[in-house]
Amino acid sequence: MKKYLKPGVFILSSIPFLIILYKIFLNKLGPEPVKEITHFTGEWTLIFICLTLSMSPLKRFTKLTVWISFRRTLGLFVFFYATLHLLTYVGLDYRFSWSPILDDVSKKKYIFIGFAAWLLLLPLAITSSQKMVLLLKNNWKKLHRLIYVIAIFGSLHYIWLSKTIFFRPLVYLIIILVLLALRIKIKNRNINYG
Amino acid sequence: MKKFKYSEITPEEIYKNRRSFIKSIGLGASSLAISTIPFSNKSFANDRDKLTSYKDITTYNNYYEFGTSKSDPYRNSQIFKTTPWEISIEGEVEKPIKLSMEEISEMFVSEERIYRLRCVEGWSMVIPWMGFSLSKLLSKVNPTNKAKFVEFESVYDPAQMKGQRYPVLNWPYNEGLRIDEAMHPLTTVVTGLYGKKLPNQNGAPFRIFIPWKYGFKSAKAIVKIKFVENMPTSSWMWASPREYGFYSNVNPNVDHPRWSQATERIIGEGVWAPRVKTLMFNGYGDEVASLYTGMDLKKYF
Repeated sequence: MKKYLKPGVFILSSIPFLIILYKIFLNKLGPEPVKEITHFTGEWTLIFICLTLSMSPLKRFTKLTVWISFRRTLGLFVFFYATLHLLTYVGLDYRFSWSPILDDVSKKKYIFIGFAAWLLLLPLAITSSQKMVLLLKNNWKKLHRLIYVIAIFGSLHYIWLSKTIFFRPLVYLIIILVLLALRIKIKNRNINYG
Repeated sequence: MKKFKYSEITPEEIYKNRRSFIKSIGLGASSLAISTIPFSNKSFANDRDKLTSYKDITTYNNYYEFGTSKSDPYRNSQIFKTTPWEISIEGEVEKPIKLSMEEISEMFVSEERIYRLRCVEGWSMVIPWMGFSLSKLLSKVNPTNKAKFVEFESVYDPAQMKGQRYPVLNWPYNEGLRIDEAMHPLTTVVTGLYGKKLPNQNGAPFRIFIPWKYGFKSAKAIVKIKFVENMPTSSWMWASPREYGFYSNVNPNVDHPRWSQATERIIGEGVWAPRVKTLMFNGYGDEVASLYTGMDLKKYF
C-alpha cells in the first residue's frame, strides 16, 4: 500500500497540468486564453507552495512520518508550475521580446518579486536529489528554508498585481503565514522565570 | 488610425445583408438568431479591426456592480430591471430636466458606431455599438457659465446589484468628463450593440462610450448627468488616485504604475495570437488630440 502513495501524489499533482493542456488544445480558455493560462499556472504554484509547507505540520499533528516523503515531489511541482507560469509570461505572452520584459522586471514590483521568487526556487530544484542532501549535510536544511521566503514573495506577487480586490490573494498570504507560524517553536516554555 | 467604417471591415455583400438584417429588426423580426450574421467569419479583414464576437462582448465584462469576475455581469444581470428608467440632467444648468428612456429613444435616432474598446487591464475589443452623440442630449439643457465638467452617476441598487453590497468601489459608480470631451461627437450614448437592444451586462439601459479613453471611463446604467464647476473625483480615482487619473486617455507611453500599457491583447484571437501595439488615443488621435494641445499627458494621465 505504502509504495503506491508517492506515485499517487505524483499523478494527482500532474492533474492541473493535464487540465491546462486539455483546455489549450480544445480551445476552452475563454476570450483571454493567455491570461487564463498565466493565472492558472500561477495559482497552482501557490497551491503547491501551501501543500509543500503543510507536510511537516501534518507530520507533527498526525504523528505520521509519511507526509515528509511527499515533500520533495510537491516541492518539485512548485518549481514545475512556477516555470510554466514564467514561460507563459515570457514566451507565450511576450514572445521572448526582452526589452519590454526587462522593463517590466525592473519597473513593476510585482513582476520583480515574482521573478525573484522563481530565481530562488532554482537552487532548491537543483539540490533536490538525495545525493545533494547527503552532500550538503546541514547546509541543505538551511538552504531549503528559502521556501519560506519564496512563499511570502509568491503571495505578495499575487497581491500586488490585483486591481482592487485582494480577497483571494489575501487568503493565500494568510494560509502561508499560518503555515509559517506553525513552525515557530515556543522556546520560552522551559525558561525559569525565577 | 481612423475610426473604421463598416465597409472597410466587411465585404460589401455581407455589409448589405447586414443592413437588411437591421431593417428586419425594425420590423419586429428580432427573433432572428444572431448566428445568422456572418461576422464570425474569420477569413477576411485585418485582425485588429475585426469585430469581436457577440458572445465575447456580452460575456466578458468588467462591471463590478454585478461582481468582480469577468463572467459575473452576464450571470448576475439578467433579471436586472431597466424599466422604468429616468435620467436626470441637472447641476449648473438653466433648466434641469428629467427624461425617461422612452422619451430619449423617441428624441434621438441611434446609428451604428464601430469603436475599439481598450480596457485599462490591457485587452481590447471592437464593438458595433448603436448610439448617438452625447452632445445631442446635452444640448437640450443650457449649462451656466460656471459649468466646466460633466459628472455621470450610475444607479445605486444593491438589492439588484450584488456587487454593490461590498465596498469594492465607492458606490454609486461615478465618472466625469471635461465639457469639451463630453460634447465631442465621438462621445456616444449607447443604446444597443450588434443591432440589438443593449444587454444588461453591457450597461443597459443607458451608458456612454468614450472610444479614446480606457473602458472604465465609459459609465454604465447612468441615472444622473450633472454639470459641475470643479473636476469630479471618479470612483476609480477615489479607489487609487496614483493609478487612475481623471483623463485616463489611452496612451501607450504612460504606464499604469503596476503594468505596461504599450501593448494589448485582442479578445477572441486565440491562445497563439501575439500582442499588438496600443495606439495613442486608442487610434482616435486625428479626432481628439486637439482637445489636449499643450497638456502634459504624463501629468494629466
